[in-house]
Amino acid sequence: MYDVIIIGGGVCGAAIAMYLSKYDISCCVLEKENDVAVGTTRANSGIVHAGYDPEPETLMARLNVRGNELTEEFCIKMGVPYKKCGSMVISFNSEDEEHIQKLYERGIINGVRGMEIINKEELLKREPHLSDTVTGALFAPSGAVVNPWRLCLAMCETAAENGVEFFLECPVTAIEKLPTSFIVTAGGKQFEGKYVVNAAGLYSDKIAEMVGANDFEIRPSKGQYYLLDKTSNWIVNSVIFQCPTEKGKGVLVSPTADGNIIVGPNAESGNARDDVSTTREGLEFVRQEASKTTEKINYRENIRSFAGLRANSDQKDFIIGESPLVRHFINVAGIKSPGLSSAIAIGEYLVDVLGDCGLIMYQKHDWKYAKPQICFAELSNEEKAEYCRKNPKFGNVVCRCNTVTEGEILEALNSHIKPRTLDGVKRRTGSGMGRCQGGFCGEKIHEILCNYYGLDPKEILWDKETSYIVAEKVGDAQ
Amino acid sequence: MTKRDIVVIGAGPAGLAAAIAAYNAGVKDILIIERDKEMGGILNQCIHNGFGLHRFGEELSGPEYAGKYIDMIKDTDIEVKLGSMVLSIENKIVSVISEKNGFEQIEAKAIILAMGCRERNRGPIFVPGGRGRGVFTAGSAQRYLNINGYLVGKRVVILGSGDIGLIMARRMTLEGAKVLAVAEIMPFTNGLARNVAQCLEDYDIPLYLSHTVTNVLGKNRVEGVVLSQVDENNNPIEGTEKHFECDTLLLSVGLVPENEITRGAGIEIDPRTNGAVVGADMQTGEPGVFACGNVLHVHDLVDYVSAESEKAGLSAAKYVISGCVNSKSEVTYIQNGANVGYTVPQKIEIDSIEKNAEIFFRVRKKIRYCDIVVESEGVKIASFRREYLAPGEMQKIVLPKVLLEKAEGDITVSAYEREEVEE
Repeated sequence: MYDVIIIGGGVCGAAIAMYLSKYDISCCVLEKENDVAVGTTRANSGIVHAGYDPEPETLMARLNVRGNELTEEFCIKMGVPYKKCGSMVISFNSEDEEHIQKLYERGIINGVRGMEIINKEELLKREPHLSDTVTGALFAPSGAVVNPWRLCLAMCETAAENGVEFFLECPVTAIEKLPTSFIVTAGGKQFEGKYVVNAAGLYSDKIAEMVGANDFEIRPSKGQYYLLDKTSNWIVNSVIFQCPTEKGKGVLVSPTADGNIIVGPNAESGNARDDVSTTREGLEFVRQEASKTTEKINYRENIRSFAGLRANSDQKDFIIGESPLVRHFINVAGIKSPGLSSAIAIGEYLVDVLGDCGLIMYQKHDWKYAKPQICFAELSNEEKAEYCRKNPKFGNVVCRCNTVTEGEILEALNSHIKPRTLDGVKRRTGSGMGRCQGGFCGEKIHEILCNYYGLDPKEILWDKETSYIVAEKVGDAQ
Repeated sequence: MTKRDIVVIGAGPAGLAAAIAAYNAGVKDILIIERDKEMGGILNQCIHNGFGLHRFGEELSGPEYAGKYIDMIKDTDIEVKLGSMVLSIENKIVSVISEKNGFEQIEAKAIILAMGCRERNRGPIFVPGGRGRGVFTAGSAQRYLNINGYLVGKRVVILGSGDIGLIMARRMTLEGAKVLAVAEIMPFTNGLARNVAQCLEDYDIPLYLSHTVTNVLGKNRVEGVVLSQVDENNNPIEGTEKHFECDTLLLSVGLVPENEITRGAGIEIDPRTNGAVVGADMQTGEPGVFACGNVLHVHDLVDYVSAESEKAGLSAAKYVISGCVNSKSEVTYIQNGANVGYTVPQKIEIDSIEKNAEIFFRVRKKIRYCDIVVESEGVKIASFRREYLAPGEMQKIVLPKVLLEKAEGDITVSAYEREEVEE
């Protein structure tokens, strides 16, 4: 019997798990995929918003601003790629300027600090490669970028370090409500818990439906992106938004926490919950929109196009709290933008929510952060030499684009939530994320995984189930 | 910090040929740094034949060709550090790490860049579609097959008609995979004509010119590929879609010189070649740093890589022997004229050449009957007649030093289509 069962190992589930791990309760996370951080968490803009967008008095407003602070603190502590580069909402005409004024005022009410409205001259001084048609911008110094899956993984590791159990490949298929507990069937096993937290992202309405708590609906919205090589990193210094429209925050051009440039997303509704395909039209739209911001983007520097799904819902605000229909069933659903920015604050808030629902918990005294994943490429020469002396595997560079060493990969394999796939290693170490996109290192990491798990090369997956890397040993054909 | 006369980065065909040439020219203190576990570079996975016809007058496989140079290296005192990755070059100080020696710094009098190239992948060519895995560059599929002994898939579509793709079409067919189609967005193939004949036609593998991939189906692993015909602006034509059920998409869409270290060292890069700007002696903008092989510009034939690299090796040796000074001579820049995509070298220091300067270049389009014209200030100083030029086949012209000395200012190389054809 667990005190709390969390459904979903995305950035929200991870944050909740981490905050609950600070207390003397038993807790587990059920994730349907073979790794955490692989739904909406793995494909989004990676922006930590300042907090001037949400309507005041909403959960979104409060958790965004609080999350902005907590994210910075956590990322620095855990070595999660994070850059406080500031964000700009740029204007092109007087209508935009009015809008920016409104955002500024909203930001003040929401408690965003340090904002300023700057004129064209000042804007172009700070961002010299923007289009000449800009007229000014709202600048928020607390806007930042983060590597979203590394954020999620660091929280999962910390949760696991402090006793939270993670069950991968455990899709929830049934939830039964008993008088004082729930029986959750997942991955063929049964888990009993006093409280269930539904942080199932794109599938949170389906999960809620299993227990009759479905008073909301998830409406996925797809966004497509370009990710440019680090050689394009001169284009912008901060996150550049255009004025938001009803459809969303629009196409942005932004540095990423890992030093690339991201361009996107568009917004397409009516998608399937697992449709992350890119389209010619979608990407063309992104290009068109981005060209208003800057004409300096060279798309031959694109190293990857991808799509992600926003877990939008039919409600205006985040849906966080005990279901009005089912006691002790807590929904954390409809976590749309600024969901990533709010995630840690959602975790913190869930402690209060569960407390209000009657869960009694006392803070642990021995809680600690997990060991941060090191980034060899960012070490000084002296530190590099020292790491190689301690463990010669740090001298073996596996991914040449991002200088990821075998030492880092082995550290990732020795973490609590072990990567089982090529992409799992990629998310933890950054291998294969460079300009060759794993062309050289994929095969080497494949071999490392085979050796570590004692598996045949055919059994190692690239990513999700059935995504085998090699089909057949030569000679076995015909 | 150790000190060496010449450090060569890369033990592929370029690095090996350069090292031997420098050694034979009298510099004995040479170190080659190689990231792989053995010498030979990408040749080790090229087990097909067709190498060495120009260089050795015989047809060799890739490993055999590399083997000849590896044997030559073994007959010298040249030191080779394997499993060692160069992290950066700064003021001729090379930072390198390896499992064996950890982090080291080596100061070199001269450096030869011979890091080769990598394959262009899905990113810059915008293949739309699902996230299904099974999109490989042809070279990585080749490595899986020829080094590790695994087929990456059993039903294959290939995008791009580069040589590696053509070679892999035949290779995978021979190992029991079904290659359904090769699609090329251009109206002509990018690979060598002999590869089209021997790798596709001989195996009845259909080649779709002016076609590209407009969708990749499959959520986890590739399940299918849609090809569409393109118009003259490379835009897909609706209604021309052809659907192929397959588990693998191979990309053979070009190679890109790997110049991260070069850029990091602040050396000027030519955006047309993606390699360093060099003179006729293969010296980059940084005195004492030379470049050769595919890191400089992408070659079709390894034989030419060897020849170019020997030139770099010789120049590096001269530089070291002369006490690390370059004679100050007049520089002639080479401009790209009609139909010429790039030239290597991009400039010629007259004093650095003895009798002739070899200029390599590629044309932008197929030209059936062609006059290659070299002009200086609008005056024709040399012309060369060729029967057939294609972007996929690198061209070479040789300019005598006397002609260059007469040239005023820059020279321009152009490739003009010839109207009348004399039989």
